[in-house]
Amino acid sequence: MNPQLSRRRFIKAVIASSVAAASTSGINQAAAQGNRPRGSVERLISININGQTRRVDVAPQETLAYTLRYKLGLTGTKIGCNRGECGACTVLINGVTNYSCSTLTHSVRTRTVRTVEGLQAPDGTLHPVQQAFIDELSPQCGFCTPGQVMSAVALLEETPQPTREEARQALSGNLCRCGAYDHYLNGVMRASGQNS
Amino acid sequence: MASFDVMPEVQLFQPAELDDALKLADELGSDGWLLGGGQDTYGWLKDRAKQPRAMIDLNGIEALQGIRKTDDGMEIGAATILRDIIRNEDINRDYSLLSQAASRVASPQIRNVGTLGGNLSQDTRCWYYRRGLDCYRAGGNICYADGPQSMNREHAVIGASRCVAVSPSDTATALLALDATMVAENTEGQRVLAAEDFFVGPNTHITQMTALKPGEILSAIRIPKKWASQRFYWEKVADRDVWDFALVSIAVSMAMDGNKIADSRFVCGGVACTPHRLTNVEQAVRGRTLSNESADAVAPLASEGCKPLNYNHFKLPLMENLVRRAMRG
Repeated sequence: MNPQLSRRRFIKAVIASSVAAASTSGINQAAAQGNRPRGSVERLISININGQTRRVDVAPQETLAYTLRYKLGLTGTKIGCNRGECGACTVLINGVTNYSCSTLTHSVRTRTVRTVEGLQAPDGTLHPVQQAFIDELSPQCGFCTPGQVMSAVALLEETPQPTREEARQALSGNLCRCGAYDHYLNGVMRASGQNS
Repeated sequence: MASFDVMPEVQLFQPAELDDALKLADELGSDGWLLGGGQDTYGWLKDRAKQPRAMIDLNGIEALQGIRKTDDGMEIGAATILRDIIRNEDINRDYSLLSQAASRVASPQIRNVGTLGGNLSQDTRCWYYRRGLDCYRAGGNICYADGPQSMNREHAVIGASRCVAVSPSDTATALLALDATMVAENTEGQRVLAAEDFFVGPNTHITQMTALKPGEILSAIRIPKKWASQRFYWEKVADRDVWDFALVSIAVSMAMDGNKIADSRFVCGGVACTPHRLTNVEQAVRGRTLSNESADAVAPLASEGCKPLNYNHFKLPLMENLVRRAMRG
């Protein structure tokens, strides 16, 4: 090494060269995308979440739950099993319940996503389902609650006055290991204005 | 083998045209992975038990979507989600066997993305195989499910050959009982396969569940008029009402002549590597009425020829009882 080069200048040089290396690889990637096979995906995409368009860099294999929690900071959506077997990650895509742990983020580019963060009114008033779940003491540990809320919201938007059996069906894809199922059903009935 | 939480690095293609998808599938061959709803896919990938280089997402292809009436019945695009099938008026009126079966698949959220083509083409649930072990089905030369200490409560009781895994699909049994045909596309053209030829057992091809060749795409399912609005019976027995696969299921179509059965299809799921037709029951019920007497007379035929493993003897009386329930009238 040149003895004239101070430690500080050496570090600066290293940083600069690594930036250069990074930008070269960026160009390569862009070029590779330019002649990529038909139908392969671009990484930088816009997705519509809770009424906002969010720009985000998404790997091809990335799941929606991962993007929501670790790139967009929307940690209300929980990851339980990460296998589509528990329902904690339930979000609404075009108004329909989906497991976000088992949905590719790239598949929602042209659709709208709603998470539990998007339910409350701008002034902070809770969604009727959220308020009813509090009033009925539906959650115990609360980990499955965001998923239960989303399933209940989807049900009530399609069927404002469901029977208890319809509510049971609608929430059947959400596990609650505290076993508070009946309390959640009470909450759904209350939110729909029916006596639980 | 460790289990991982996150998806591995894998390329993604989202073609908009079937031709592009076929070209990609052809080029990638066994490195490619056809993606429908993905509910069978992501577990395989997260476990690193299957390692394709690229996924071909078929959901953006319009030609694979939709439920259409045809001159001879109905045609359902392979990428049609189960939710749409369950809610379709024509299917509920004429082929309620299919909508009933589809409504018992997995959970609501899975039915909201799961496609009919994916439900038919999904891989078996044998946990030794899904764990990534080098069993017959994975190209090895041993079956871990068929040994003195193997846990094989969910495995096959008939039609096994080295591999004892079972077909997990609920809609497959219904479509076999409706004499459906499957349309498979490849770069050279298309093949139309009877449902019975579409599902293959281990003696035909031990590493595949269907007759689809690498690079081939299931594009549509056709249901003939033959069984439209006939008498149907569907029942699925599983440990839980949601998520779980069938221990044994039964799909029955019956064409009645007055109060007598003129023709029928009895198909059991969860007992063999393919949906299993009970042909001896079908022959025995011809000309009979629906009654407890007929039920008792034909039920024992349901389990004829079955060879249970260590932990699945219960499937034999279950098959018989499901036939009995279908025949009670």
